[in-house]
Amino acid sequence: MSMVKLTIDGRQIESAPGTTILQAARSAGIQIPTLCYHERLNPIVSCGMCVVEVAGFDEPVESCATPVAEGMEVVTTSENLSVLRAGSLKRLLSRHPLDCPICDKAGECRLQDLVFEYGVMAEGYEAPPKPREKVYATPLIKYWPDRCVLCLRCVTACREIKGACALDVTENEGQRELVFYPDKCVSCGECLQLCPVGALTENVSAMKGRSFLVKKVPTTCTYCGCGCQMELHVADNRVVNVTGRDDPGVNQSSLCVKGRFGYEFISSNQRLTRPLVKKNGAFEETDWDEALRLVARRFAQVKTESGADAIGGFASARCTNEDNYLFQKFMRAVIGTNNVDHCARL
Amino acid sequence: MTNPLQDVLKSGVIVVTGTNTTANHPIIANYIHEAVTKHGAKLIVIDPRRIKLVDLSHLWLRPRVGTNVAWINGLMHVIIRDNLQAQAYIDSRTTGFEELKKSVVRYAPDYVSGITGIPPQDIEAAARLFATQGPGSILYAMGITQHTTGTNNVKCLAALSMLCGYVGVEGGGVNPLRGQNNVQGACDMGGLPNVFTGYQTVTDEAVREKFAKAWNVGKLPGKVGMTVTEMTATGGKDIKALYIMGENPLLSDADVHHVEKNLAALDFLVVQDIFLTETARLADVVLPGACFAEKDGTFTNTERKVLRVRKALDAPGEAWDDARIITALARKMGYEMDYAGASAVMEEINALTPSYGGITYERLEQGGLTWPCPTADHPGTPILHTHKFTRGEGVFFPIEYEPSAELPDAEYPFVLTTGRVYEHYHTGTMTRKGNALNRLYPEALAEINSEDAKGLGISSGDYIHIVSRRGKLKIKASVSGMTDRGVAFVPFHFYESTVNELTNSALDPVSKIPELKICAIKIEKAA
Ligand code: SF4
Repeated sequence: MSMVKLTIDGRQIESAPGTTILQAARSAGIQIPTLCYHERLNPIVSCGMCVVEVAGFDEPVESCATPVAEGMEVVTTSENLSVLRAGSLKRLLSRHPLDCPICDKAGECRLQDLVFEYGVMAEGYEAPPKPREKVYATPLIKYWPDRCVLCLRCVTACREIKGACALDVTENEGQRELVFYPDKCVSCGECLQLCPVGALTENVSAMKGRSFLVKKVPTTCTYCGCGCQMELHVADNRVVNVTGRDDPGVNQSSLCVKGRFGYEFISSNQRLTRPLVKKNGAFEETDWDEALRLVARRFAQVKTESGADAIGGFASARCTNEDNYLFQKFMRAVIGTNNVDHCARL
Repeated sequence: MTNPLQDVLKSGVIVVTGTNTTANHPIIANYIHEAVTKHGAKLIVIDPRRIKLVDLSHLWLRPRVGTNVAWINGLMHVIIRDNLQAQAYIDSRTTGFEELKKSVVRYAPDYVSGITGIPPQDIEAAARLFATQGPGSILYAMGITQHTTGTNNVKCLAALSMLCGYVGVEGGGVNPLRGQNNVQGACDMGGLPNVFTGYQTVTDEAVREKFAKAWNVGKLPGKVGMTVTEMTATGGKDIKALYIMGENPLLSDADVHHVEKNLAALDFLVVQDIFLTETARLADVVLPGACFAEKDGTFTNTERKVLRVRKALDAPGEAWDDARIITALARKMGYEMDYAGASAVMEEINALTPSYGGITYERLEQGGLTWPCPTADHPGTPILHTHKFTRGEGVFFPIEYEPSAELPDAEYPFVLTTGRVYEHYHTGTMTRKGNALNRLYPEALAEINSEDAKGLGISSGDYIHIVSRRGKLKIKASVSGMTDRGVAFVPFHFYESTVNELTNSALDPVSKIPELKICAIKIEKAA
């Protein structure tokens, strides 16, 4: 495949045919601002932020949707482009309240960042007399229609990534707005993950943490074998939110309903907190020393009376590799049996 | 899996069988969707249930439950008959082709149709599509393995893939989707009765000596141990004491009445878990463990990629992480076991396990690594068998169709099959503890075919009794076209509707997997 040669901001760049200007610029480390663009989606072209100038074109073009061409000369920053981008931002702000102080997204909001960068102020925005109804396709997500800038990432992701098509846009009294088909929604939260503003927020955790105050810990999902990469948002020793992590090799920031919303069990009040020993048919709490001493004594007893092979152990497909390694080591080296297995078959 | 998750994006044709991927491996279903809609891959779904992916498929074959060998042989019959096999690949990399050819002669589309209920022309079409639109990937799960013929089913799928030259290539492969987050890792780590870590066999004396030396013990046992099913079957007899870590066989095993009786017959039962599960209630001692968010470690996902798990918060109360419990118990029994954290355990794994030799915590900081990864500078092995098979040449095993252990009859005229739903996970121990997922799927529902429902006078929402030779279950019906005529599906997440009281514990002779996917039942409307 012969490569296409072009210049971006005076730099010689080679790209594969079919690449967009935006992709070519990014792979060369040149940043073009975007809001609706997402690597995994076809270009949406709704926000107007990624405009660039191309020599020979009368008007600036959207770099996310324009393929590179041989000999193309592209400029990504100019006064004219700044004015256009600031204009696009104002247009977005004209339908967006600046309720950042009570927004979950504050601190990691793409719109907030861009507004900060371009220093624009909202003009002509009138807050609706009363905030509109917040019904969404799933009860696990809260929808804030006043904050929605109609970038359409959610709609596109629901169609292109999930194939669920639970979201769409319609016109209502001259206003474009989102519509939902709850029977198609699988509550995966892809829309939530990709929303660049605070129009969709998670509705599971009773406790919320400001994005800049929570601790975000990268880890691996505990449910199915996909091994999705995720971040646990922790405040006050509690998980208050889970987001997908952009691991290009595994889940590309997607999660399913279990990984994203199934975290309440962690702080369930039914968790076991102390060792239990059964006495006369009922459990009694005890301390570690007594519990382990009892287990050690009984295992030793069975081993002496009936041999090591009278003891068996179930390792666990739920525990870590390290836990499983130690478990089989314990069964083999300490107990002295190969009676160790787990529910791989179920 | 022989190939990475995302490899389907490079497939020309994808066969999905015995997996409700959208519900149980949603991320892989995403990739299948992208492969079809953005990259033009052809999708063939071969499943008795009308799963969501059927909407996306080019071809849907609906075999009767338990007739996998028959349809796979049928596809191979057509491929060989029409000379569509990858002969050069077969000649250079495999053995047993002639035997296979002979054995599938019998499986002409008409004959297969009689066994499976799939129209002969669909068998022809699927075979041609799969053989000619490569590379072809086969994805399967428990719908293939949880049968008395499970091992044969898998061997047959492998043969189908090799026949077309799809093993060891990008976009190809035979890809089991593992249901639990770390099933792969638990196997890799020697959580099996016949092997140490990395599948080093316990019957090999040199291997035993290596481990005995590293573990500082005189001798290690050389006799292959018992499987989970065997241990529960001999509970109270050969097995006197059990130590169960993070498993709930009382809900997940087949024929749980039996399991419960045997666990109760033990002299001593220790259960280590994060909740007081159905199994833990039977224990003499319960040890409170930590969940994934409370410990450091690694999981190995279904594509064999080792991924980091990191401690985000403290375990509640006096709960300990599992490694701390095991090591403390070992010390109480007079064996010195002590590690400076999870990475130190991994160092020991590295030293003793060739396939994990180069998988260190330092490298995992940069992202996951796929085993085999023998050395510190090895990049990992996302695709297996690229040049030759691990065991040299790929072998075709001729396999004959055999009916399932328990088939419907006059008294029990329906087939029961089990599985999971999207919103819940395994025995529900975790997913049913919060509000979020329960709100979406609050109680067990039995899927009944609409035609059958008409005959039985049942509508959605009615309570029904499902009765097998082993037990009886009262459950709400959900009537749809999801299952075929004569088939009911019940998920096993719900302790109050323990479907495994009904299932058949007949085992696959090799893998020892119980036949959870088919048993005979009758259905009655509950008063
Ligand atoms: S988020 Fe969903 S698909 Fe991903 S690993 Fe967890 S359970 Fe599996």
